[in-house]
Amino acid sequence: MQLTGDRFTSEAAAFGNDLATLPNFPAEIRAPAGTLPGVSSFQLHFADDDILTPGDRPDVLVAMNPAALKANIGDVPQGGTLLVNTDEFVKRNLGKVGYDANPLEDGSLDAYQLLPVAMATLTQGALADTGLSKKDAERCKNMFALGLLSWMYGRPTEGTERFLREKFARKPDIAEANVLAFRAGWNYGETTEAFATTYEVAPAKFPPGEYRQITGNAALSYGIVAAGQCAQLPVFLGSYPITPASDILHELSKHKNFNVITMQAEDEIAGVGAALGAAYGGALGVTTTSGPGIALKAETIGLAVMQELPLLVIDVQRGGPSTGLPTKTEQADLLQALHGRNGESPVPVLAPLSPGDCFDVVIDAVRIALRYRTPVLVLSDGALANGSEPWLIPDVDELPDLRVTFATEPNATDGSGEHWPYVRDESLAREWAIPGTPGLQHRIGGLEKADGKGSISYDPDNHDRMVRLRQAKIDGVEVPGLEVEDPGGHADVLVLGWGSTYGPIGAACRAIRKRGQSIAQAHLRHLNPFPANLGEVLARYGTVIVPEMNLGQLSLLLRARYLVDVVSYTKVAGTPFMESELVDVFSEHLGTTLAEAA
Amino acid sequence: MTTVDLELGLKPKDFKSDQEVRWCPGCGDYVVLNAMQSFLPSLGLKRENIVFISGIGCSSRFPYYMNTYGMHSIHGRAPAIATGLAVTRPDLSVWVVTGDGDALSIGGNHLIHALRRNVNLKILLFNNRIYGLTKGQYSPTSETGKLTKSTPMGSLDHPFNPLSLAIGAEATFVARTLDNDRAQLTSILTAAAQHRGSALVEIYQNCPIFNDGAFDVLKEPGEKEQRLIPVEHGQPIRFGPDREHAVLRNDRGGLEIGPYDENRVVVHDATTDDPAYAFALSRLSTQDLAHTVTGVYRNVDRPTYDDQARAQVSAATDAKPADLRSLLRGRDTWTVG
Repeated sequence: MQLTGDRFTSEAAAFGNDLATLPNFPAEIRAPAGTLPGVSSFQLHFADDDILTPGDRPDVLVAMNPAALKANIGDVPQGGTLLVNTDEFVKRNLGKVGYDANPLEDGSLDAYQLLPVAMATLTQGALADTGLSKKDAERCKNMFALGLLSWMYGRPTEGTERFLREKFARKPDIAEANVLAFRAGWNYGETTEAFATTYEVAPAKFPPGEYRQITGNAALSYGIVAAGQCAQLPVFLGSYPITPASDILHELSKHKNFNVITMQAEDEIAGVGAALGAAYGGALGVTTTSGPGIALKAETIGLAVMQELPLLVIDVQRGGPSTGLPTKTEQADLLQALHGRNGESPVPVLAPLSPGDCFDVVIDAVRIALRYRTPVLVLSDGALANGSEPWLIPDVDELPDLRVTFATEPNATDGSGEHWPYVRDESLAREWAIPGTPGLQHRIGGLEKADGKGSISYDPDNHDRMVRLRQAKIDGVEVPGLEVEDPGGHADVLVLGWGSTYGPIGAACRAIRKRGQSIAQAHLRHLNPFPANLGEVLARYGTVIVPEMNLGQLSLLLRARYLVDVVSYTKVAGTPFMESELVDVFSEHLGTTLAEAA
Repeated sequence: MTTVDLELGLKPKDFKSDQEVRWCPGCGDYVVLNAMQSFLPSLGLKRENIVFISGIGCSSRFPYYMNTYGMHSIHGRAPAIATGLAVTRPDLSVWVVTGDGDALSIGGNHLIHALRRNVNLKILLFNNRIYGLTKGQYSPTSETGKLTKSTPMGSLDHPFNPLSLAIGAEATFVARTLDNDRAQLTSILTAAAQHRGSALVEIYQNCPIFNDGAFDVLKEPGEKEQRLIPVEHGQPIRFGPDREHAVLRNDRGGLEIGPYDENRVVVHDATTDDPAYAFALSRLSTQDLAHTVTGVYRNVDRPTYDDQARAQVSAATDAKPADLRSLLRGRDTWTVG
């Protein structure tokens, strides 16, 4: 089903629609088919104008079996279209999910446009002459559904046919069967009177340029490759498989021709350790994981803080604590990223706001890591990782110059001709003196070091100074100012978010403005250090609402740092906010404001 | 590859750092440090091309005392960190210094995986059969029944035989020596340095504070001859004051100790591909030190992880240019405007 969703998304993208997706699948690889926990769904929102979310409630639900219908019918508004594979609506399957009667027949779906289609039977019929077994033929029914949908929405089909032929290049008979099923679905729509209606969703109006569709994990991967190229450094990824971050490891493993080495380590700790070892040797060291992996990597990130070596750490957040909800989204690792290590251990933290933004955020994170010689954490999440959107392909010539200068000369300030590892530059970064450089032999480690010279030091004043220096270095990291979207400049309520909530927050703010009210929106891409103007922005608004998919972690930081009593709105359901839900929440505060004004 | 230059003219003192060595007086670590500083010039490597990476523990202070590049990392993780360095920097000679707690307890996972990958690392495992830096708890190599602060009624765990573990983990180079045998230590370090791949060298080393005399029976004249079984490649394995004992093949396909017998004595072959032989040798060493085999047990060739990882990058680079523009565009694009 995820593949079918991906293809329909690609067709929408190729047609020029704006789009946003929400894949939703169980953590189990082969969850029992036809049961409610086994339902794998893919929500796609496409439009002829600029959209920000996968949508609250789908206009069309394609249900391949009773479980899929039961699990999702609650999301479909009355009057919505249900395209249903009737072949699966047999007594046994109905019973599995607790339907006493067949909902296709008992009138319970009267409020919807029901389009019953025997998809398996029709697919098997279309493939009767291929020599494929009935079972293999039946497996192509998702492509039948895709063909039918493609006809309903007038989607281009060449891309899907090409895709199928490439995907099954080694099994040409399976490839042709899928193409046949796909065409059969299309033809079924075209020739059946039941489908009187087709829908036209015209291409959206985007800024000019060349576009493609991209998921967050792909954008992170490309960002890493691009950063290595911009820095002219080899990339070393040390990673351990974990949902939903493994796709970054998979993607980077395909691009060794960009001087990328990927190592599937024995565990999370080895992944970050090897990345740090590579960074010590002058490579761009990267490790990718999800929340539980960050917990395991904490000690090594602390070592990187102490050794002041560049390191990129990517956390694709998922539901927690512990194993939590591996395939669902959440943003509850913010405090772990900021504070989840022993001692005073500051690291810069960034968070992308959309799938495409993952690319830019990684490049910015690498800029900071290389310039300040520090580990940097990037907080993506499950919704960004698998969700996709149209992406204006970056101009390679416009990417930043991230080249670094390795130390080549001894730097001791006492004229001894030695190399002192903890001599700092104007941004408080120490030199990156890599092994192999003559005359710069030195030792670094996790023990506290003397300021400048870098010998082991237990001196109390030195430790106090070094703790403050490490903090001052990170506090001084240059980050862009926070931009506020406040058309008209009259808003009294500001909504401040971070990470993947950008879409639903933005959509809710637009909806509110459309009905004539003012509301301001700002979104933090830098969580540490905060943009320098954040305090001033917060002070400008009477009410600041902070929606988060956690129990108020950013709110806690804002209250502590700026003494502003922000309004925290939280949800930890494993799914993104809905636009309508946020409109209601924001409206409560707008209402108060209006009433007071009156 | 590491460049070798025998004309460098480096002396042992050139490998001493300016840091004051802070091990306890009488610690076996001094012997190893001195042997290392004396032996390194013979490798013909430039100091800047040598890196020592350690974990945590007494022995892990080692890098601070070497005038090379060095990293004192975190407990148990040195093999993982060193792997990342070795994979990306083929020009370096990377050494891991670790102890019995560091390598076999908290870092056991990284050790076995480094060995099976056969990364170009030389791992020196200082085994004093005790936790020193944390002041005297039993370690994974302590003999059963060890009385320590954490085991006042005696330790219960059966100890690891580090070399059995390493061989089981597919190690390609495995050796053992004692801190008081400088000649053997130097010859083993040389062989390890020349080995392409992971080399594990276990060094029995005395902790004079928390486990003093742990290896005395292997050092005392009269005792040591009965217990130490030194192996040399190509030589029959004989020991005893009059070389009257030998390692013999038994009829169960394994090895045993018995009176020298010309027909049954094992001629040591470290290059034997079948790890069962080296494993059988390692099993002759018992936790009560009744017998201990020293020398290079196993020294075989197998492609290394890091060489192959770099070869994949070269192959990919040769096959396809690094065209970032093309990567970012992907396959399906559309143009607006």
